[in-house]
Amino acid sequence: MAKYLLLKHYRGAPAAVNDVRMDQWTPEEISAHFQYMNDFAAKLEQTGEFVDAQALSDGGMWVRFDGEGRPPVTDGPFAETKDLIAGWMVIDVDTEKRAVELAGELSAAPGAGGKPIHEWLEVRPFLTEAPTITE
Amino acid sequence: MDELLLRSLTPGVLGVLVRRGADFAAAEDAVQDALVEALRVWPHDPPRDPRAWLVTVAWRRFLDATRAEAARRRREDVVDAEPAPGPATGVDDTLQLYFLCAHPSLTPSSAVALTLRAVGGLTTRQIARAYLVPEATMAQRISRAKRAVARVRFDTPGDVATVLRVLYLVFNEGYSGDVDLTAEAIRLTRQLATAIDHPEVAGLLALMLLTSARRAARTAPDGSLVPLAEQDRGRWDTASIAEGVEVLQAALARDQLGEFQAQAAIAALHADARTAEETDWVQIVEWYDELVRVTDSPVVRLNRAVAVGEADGPRAGLAALAELDDALPRYAAVAAHLHERDGDLATAARLYAEAARKAPDLAERDHLTRRAARLNGRRTS
Repeated sequence: MAKYLLLKHYRGAPAAVNDVRMDQWTPEEISAHFQYMNDFAAKLEQTGEFVDAQALSDGGMWVRFDGEGRPPVTDGPFAETKDLIAGWMVIDVDTEKRAVELAGELSAAPGAGGKPIHEWLEVRPFLTEAPTITE
Repeated sequence: MDELLLRSLTPGVLGVLVRRGADFAAAEDAVQDALVEALRVWPHDPPRDPRAWLVTVAWRRFLDATRAEAARRRREDVVDAEPAPGPATGVDDTLQLYFLCAHPSLTPSSAVALTLRAVGGLTTRQIARAYLVPEATMAQRISRAKRAVARVRFDTPGDVATVLRVLYLVFNEGYSGDVDLTAEAIRLTRQLATAIDHPEVAGLLALMLLTSARRAARTAPDGSLVPLAEQDRGRWDTASIAEGVEVLQAALARDQLGEFQAQAAIAALHADARTAEETDWVQIVEWYDELVRVTDSPVVRLNRAVAVGEADGPRAGLAALAELDDALPRYAAVAAHLHERDGDLATAARLYAEAARKAPDLAERDHLTRRAARLNGRRTS
């Protein structure tokens, strides 16, 4: 078993095939999109492969340590960050092939015109715990 | 309360229910309910006969569930009376359970989950925590697994090899949580070894005992990995090693070599050496040759190259490595190690860094990064 992160980008991913911003969709198309995402997560729970799904607000900021006794420095939010994460899903599957298959299915979520978005999702394996047997 | 006792009774209780005519899926649910109930009640009200208590509660749960189901279907043909207990078996039932839970129609993760629950007597929550997935996901994984084997007859003989692969997975990929999956894998393999006399079952048990004997020495206090050569051998568990060696010798005497016996033999040779320098690498290479013959696995050939590097020098190890596909997992790590031993520290450092980037687990990545950093030689000022 291996866990994979399916990462969805607002910006920074290669352009989707059906590349229309959500605010240009009809309300019904938006509803259909979210329904698809919910159904997909529910299906994965049924197959015993679902771990987590979260969506991120596109606000936010950069924060860093600024020295002992000083408050952290903050910067942003930036309107035009190159790469912006929209959200993720974490799955626990038997093979990488299965992770790719599920990411493909998630990328088929309907968008403008009710047609699949074909958006690019980033698929990243988790680092695991060390195996017990090493030699 | 003795949770291990409770868990060890699980397969027998499940066997009783199945023999009384309950189908496997319903019986397994009922036993799980009884386990959860036992965990709640036993601490303040321990039963006189734990097994009888579990059978009674599980059977009642099964009847309740069957009645509820029948009521839903508006059927009248519910079995109300408790039937006479079936033949008093135990060991056979346990073995059948192992086969069923490792049935070839199951994916590895389903087989692992089902084995831990039905044979191991763990709760769904414990299994979910151990594998870091939500409880609902694990519950679904288990019920799907049960549906997948619903049509398999309980008394169909199975393949020991599939059971061993499942137990190996539990042992090798045990994660975290409140259950020690390494210990659980040993317990389940030990139990299997009492149910069936098979040299590879013994081989796997020996491998587990010999490997887990090194556990305390394997991690530094900061959690980082300590390689075999640098471990404090005084911290190895000698009782576990002695048992592993004994189990292995009895298995090897039967002259039916398999991959687990060969792996255990290698682990035993490491256990035999009081210091890393005393390791009998020549014999280890011979066992790797056997292992290659039995498994023909590229990963085994990779490990063999390490052993050859120790037995015949790093150049010989590099020569053995050159015959292998450099896309193999851990290839770069092995190459780095052999180049370091050969004195080519620049190449070793570069390869350690490359291996770290490709490492599949955090501990190994950190370990390889430290190796690269040490060879790169920057000092903290």
